[in-house]
Amino acid sequence: MFYLDFLIVILCFKPFRCRSLPAQRKYMRSPLIPEMATQEVQLNETLAHLKTESETLKSKLEEERAKLHDVELHQVAEKVEGLGQFVMKTRRTLKGHGNKVLCMDWCKDKRRIVSSSQDGKVIVWDAFTTNKEHAVTMPCTWVMACAYAPSGCAVACGGLDNKCSVYPLSLDKNENLAAKKKSVAMHTNYLSACSFTNSDMQILTSSGDGTCALWDVESGQLLQSFHGHAADVLCLDLAPSETGNTFVSGGCDKKANVWDMRSGQCIQSFETHESDINSVRYYPSGDAFASGSDDATCRLYDLRADREVAIYSKESIIFGVSSVDFSLSGRLLFGGYNDYTINVWDVLKGTRVSILFGHENRVSTLRVSPDGTAFSTGSWDHTLRVCDDCYFFIGIKYNQNLCTFNFTPCAPDKPPLSLTATHLPKYSNLKKHIYRST
Amino acid sequence: MAEGSKDQGGVGTTDPEEDSPNMIVYRKIEDIVTRIQDEKAGGVAIRTVKSFLSKIPSVVSGADIVQWLMKNLSIEDPAEAIHLGSLVAAHGYIFPISDHVLTLKDDGTLYRFQSPYFWPSNCWEPENTDYAIYLCKRTMQNKARLELADYEAENLARLQRAFARKWEFIFMQAEAQVKIDRKKDKAERKILDSQERAFWDVHRPVPGCVNTTEMDIRKCRREKNPHRVKKSVYGVPDDGQSQPSPVHISSQPTRKPTKEDVQKEITFLNTQLDRHCMKVSKVADSLMSYTEQFMEYDPFVAAIEPSNPWLSDDTAFWDLEASRDPSQQRVKKWGFSLEEALKDPAGRDQFLKFLESEFSSENLRFWLAVQDLKRRPLQEVASRAQEIWQEFLAEGAPSSINLDSHSYERTSQNLKDPGRYSYEDAQEHIFKLMKSDSYARFLRSNIYQDLLLARKKQPADTEQGRRTSLEKFTRSVGKSLTGKRLTGLMQSS
Repeated sequence: MFYLDFLIVILCFKPFRCRSLPAQRKYMRSPLIPEMATQEVQLNETLAHLKTESETLKSKLEEERAKLHDVELHQVAEKVEGLGQFVMKTRRTLKGHGNKVLCMDWCKDKRRIVSSSQDGKVIVWDAFTTNKEHAVTMPCTWVMACAYAPSGCAVACGGLDNKCSVYPLSLDKNENLAAKKKSVAMHTNYLSACSFTNSDMQILTSSGDGTCALWDVESGQLLQSFHGHAADVLCLDLAPSETGNTFVSGGCDKKANVWDMRSGQCIQSFETHESDINSVRYYPSGDAFASGSDDATCRLYDLRADREVAIYSKESIIFGVSSVDFSLSGRLLFGGYNDYTINVWDVLKGTRVSILFGHENRVSTLRVSPDGTAFSTGSWDHTLRVCDDCYFFIGIKYNQNLCTFNFTPCAPDKPPLSLTATHLPKYSNLKKHIYRST
Repeated sequence: MAEGSKDQGGVGTTDPEEDSPNMIVYRKIEDIVTRIQDEKAGGVAIRTVKSFLSKIPSVVSGADIVQWLMKNLSIEDPAEAIHLGSLVAAHGYIFPISDHVLTLKDDGTLYRFQSPYFWPSNCWEPENTDYAIYLCKRTMQNKARLELADYEAENLARLQRAFARKWEFIFMQAEAQVKIDRKKDKAERKILDSQERAFWDVHRPVPGCVNTTEMDIRKCRREKNPHRVKKSVYGVPDDGQSQPSPVHISSQPTRKPTKEDVQKEITFLNTQLDRHCMKVSKVADSLMSYTEQFMEYDPFVAAIEPSNPWLSDDTAFWDLEASRDPSQQRVKKWGFSLEEALKDPAGRDQFLKFLESEFSSENLRFWLAVQDLKRRPLQEVASRAQEIWQEFLAEGAPSSINLDSHSYERTSQNLKDPGRYSYEDAQEHIFKLMKSDSYARFLRSNIYQDLLLARKKQPADTEQGRRTSLEKFTRSVGKSLTGKRLTGLMQSS
């Protein structure tokens, strides 16, 4: 053993390419090998050399990337038609949590939601009817992460217990969900985020211990771990591609890292934020992702250009962003902020198109529904809200059939942009019972 | 009371905790508040207002603050300025002189600025003993305007019960504080009293008001004062019985980079330098065209048929999506890319049907089988991988697929230790094959074109005619309504 260590030292003693030796280095200070002491001093000096080399490479990389930064996204987007006025409205308010709502996720059926809160409760709602369908009490407080399984048959959650647990959802409302709980992930610090991959069988987690990990649900086995963040990892998002095997994570080290799930390697890294990254979300095509940070900005990073391509900020927005998500086409970016508001950004032009008030405390979580018809927010004010665009909506009742017209949002002086109609009634009867809802 | 010196780090020290998320916000607010008070640099006029028989020193009207915020922070909507101002108040940087509730109003209500001593950035976490001293002190100052509010009286009663044993000590401290206060100048006392009250309004808010001192537990450990050593407002020595703050969790300082870390970083940076990247102009065009293509499907930007369920309380839209009878719009999406077609179960079915008609469905079935493999629980992976090999790649396989020799070699190597990613190369190769060959033909096929053009084959000119006149009518209705967006219901019988 000792002989082997000696061997390792000999093999490793090359300037600038020394691997750091494990604790066994202490054994080197034996009187049998006095040269080791001076070697250690030399090894320490090379750390400084390495750091310099790293800094040089960083500058060089920045220089190379800057050469490709020939234009700004918002400049190219000048030729795109503007979006006009947006008015967002709350369509549903979900009340029932006894403390701060920390996290939520949509079910693939586009109407169910799972939410978790500081008091340890995890609730499954049918947001469309606002009914609570299931409730679980976790053994810990601050349940900071929750996720719906793709099948809709289970939910995962975790927080200060440092674990991620999966609860199968039973059709029998009386059944005690806690009895079937399955502990899947084990971290050494709080669980900050979790997400099922494309199936109910794997879960991806991120933790305050600075790592992310991929787990097999059935066996609880660790499939892959991801090391590279220098501080707590706060958020993650899986790439939307059917064939993709990557995900992005954001942390308190101000970095957003893109990882290869197969190898555990970090394949790209972005560090332009000035504070913790609280939320990351892929652009729908998977070629870019947005991030929200405590520095009060949201930013768009493109993976092909390997660069930040847009910043969404305003002088009057000084509170941090807690969560971000894109609309279905990627044209809009929704941000939930610690100043209790939701700001909606035009992704291409970089301008804000709407601000939504309503929550009475921080917005802690925000997700757009799977088909993009609405977005839901959770807040420290104990409620969740489902919000939507405020269309011109004229309904015309003809006999018993409801004929609906949807107008797209438009500036007050322009005619509506599009119009759809069902159950065409006879023209002469149209004037009856015209009503409007906004 | 106005001891401005902070005992945590002098000016100019680079304290890493200064960058903690809360500090960032506080510094921004402090910058704003300092600028507002700087009259020479365009701030508001802070003046003394005469009221009945007395003077109110050092106040500003709410409207002035709102105006300043709108002008200096480029805010167009007064509601936004009021909201921001209310947050600044809720965090304790400004306060109304005659209300415990910390909000900003856009009118003549008078506000005062908080003393830097009481700023939240000093990491105050005042104990209940301090609060008890404060409330006790208030009862001793027999002035009508300083009378305890109901919730304060309740708090005091509660504290008296809790601190029954040491109430004498608290009483003495309160008396001492009153003595100190009496020595001060009258005008100064008014200001200091109000600032002290505002401080307690932040740390012991009115029931129903947001407690802005609540922290996100994930950010706690990097606070300037992570162990929350209690500093008494009134200089009361800590008797050692105070509990550490429950929000404090075991600290894990940011890891210092080891040599291994830097080594890894260098390798990483070298890989990045070798990466071929696209120009931002190209990338921007790509993002724009993707968005353009999908905007008609985006419920936030375009109307959806028949209606948005959240708006109309009608689930017809979801029912249609779930049906295997896809709309034209949905079929159109399959033509955007092979990925889009495969994402939609109906698209997948139709593509499979087309391939079966050409007797070449094994490629897609292989691709689907590999997708399924990746979703299996760990213990089923090995056996499933073998099954896929038998079905698609082995000698004389029933659904033999065509792989180039390189991928074939790689895959059979992988199968020696089968895992969920054993078929990655093969899957990628097959996907490219389908994309360049069968997918293009699928889009030209009758199966696809029939679905895409379905509606156009609808007969009835009369229906067309009605629709046109209907459209005309609603357009004119729409035009007349756009000017009156916010008017209420209108009904005509």
